[in-house]
Amino acid sequence: MKELSYYPGCSLEGTAREYDESIRAVCEMLGVTLHELEDWTCCGASSAHCTDENLAIELATRNLALAEKGGRELLVPCVACYSRFKVAEKEVREHPERWETPYQGKVQIRYALDFFCEDSLLEAVGEKVVVPLSGLKVACYYGCLSVRPPGITGVGSYEDPQHMDRLMSTLGAEPLPWSYKTDCCGASLVMTRTDIVRKLSHLLLEMAREAEADCLVTGCTMCQANLDTRQEEISKEFGQKYDLPIFYFTELMGLAMGHRDVKKWFGRHLTDPTRLLNSKGLMG
Amino acid sequence: MKPEMGVKGMEMEGGGEAIDPSFSELVAQESGENLLACYQCQKCSAGCPVAYTMDVLPNQVIRMVQFGLREKVLSSHTIWICASCYTCSVRCPNDIDIAKVMDVLRHIALGSGIKPAERDIPIFHSVFLDSIKSKGRIHELGLIWQYKAKTRDFMKDAALGWKMFRKGKIKLFPSKFGGGREIKGIFSRYEKGK
Repeated sequence: MKELSYYPGCSLEGTAREYDESIRAVCEMLGVTLHELEDWTCCGASSAHCTDENLAIELATRNLALAEKGGRELLVPCVACYSRFKVAEKEVREHPERWETPYQGKVQIRYALDFFCEDSLLEAVGEKVVVPLSGLKVACYYGCLSVRPPGITGVGSYEDPQHMDRLMSTLGAEPLPWSYKTDCCGASLVMTRTDIVRKLSHLLLEMAREAEADCLVTGCTMCQANLDTRQEEISKEFGQKYDLPIFYFTELMGLAMGHRDVKKWFGRHLTDPTRLLNSKGLMG
Repeated sequence: MKPEMGVKGMEMEGGGEAIDPSFSELVAQESGENLLACYQCQKCSAGCPVAYTMDVLPNQVIRMVQFGLREKVLSSHTIWICASCYTCSVRCPNDIDIAKVMDVLRHIALGSGIKPAERDIPIFHSVFLDSIKSKGRIHELGLIWQYKAKTRDFMKDAALGWKMFRKGKIKLFPSKFGGGREIKGIFSRYEKGK
């Protein structure tokens, strides 16, 4: 039995609700207890570091101080929050004199994907698989901040990461080699320069299609939203019909481990994965 | 994919702008990066996913900063379009964290009085921060409304928003929680320091 503090982050209360639901579900199945940080606040996300680095650090350390007080490792599902927390950790560890915060840089900050891809967890996941995802060809899409910069993420193979691929193999799925694992989807430019997001997301969808993937898997709320919600627009703009479900890795874990709520999570997707999963005989 | 880049990459126009050496010093100091290490290999621009829509390529930004071309840099689209994906930073053979330099350029631009070349991106950031300041967390629907009110573009993504609402992806009301006072304290310190 493992216990962790949990910082869901703002998007998991809204557009990424199924990520929150599935992460809590698989943790329960694996005997991992999550304690949501009380009174957590926004990490500052991309807007704070684009505006004022000091503000960005303070918004992050407020939450890290809460977690440190709890004395447990901190599980962070959103990669943007994770990145901001790790930047703040580095800053406070290297220059403690600059910051008036009870946070001392001691709490272990764990990105959810890295956490579940650890050997001990992978083994536990493997033992719980009841519906192996046989025949499901997945393009593992890591995006930017889960791997870059390596000085912050600690990921050695940041140009061609393999950990999500290993997790997908453990679930019985077939991870495909493809060259766009860590390319950018345009992230928060979606509100302001939607044209950029459509172009970059189109490239990702097209490359996954060329690799003959049935779907993409991600651990980033912005990547999931950009790729899932705009396939109709992208299909119109680029004259190629796309129907590629975009899963959170925790949803596929839940599916393989036979969680009862999978239909509810998949029901929140704009690119409906039901037909694909039925055709593979993976939905009961 | 980027046929114009080889040509564009070699261009460098000062445009008659006066050189401001204190600008290069300021950027170096704020970012902690050694910009003089750049020898224009253009690897940053070659790997940049948004270079196709930039007016000044990342390697040119670094060169312009070295030259002290303050106004040219701060009035560029590039500093706002950079998506902070860090591809440039990890591929730079001289270890210049270019994404961090872009952050610093945005900070300086915001305080410079120079009109941002991208109208909506700075508006988005300011609405986003206002939203944190007033509620502590980002309530996506509230954020979108405030952004639309500022940009006067109410119809964009309206159909998509409705679909997302029907899928249960839109939270109607902000969460209730404590911590708001602390957040206001953080913001007031930051606003005073400005």
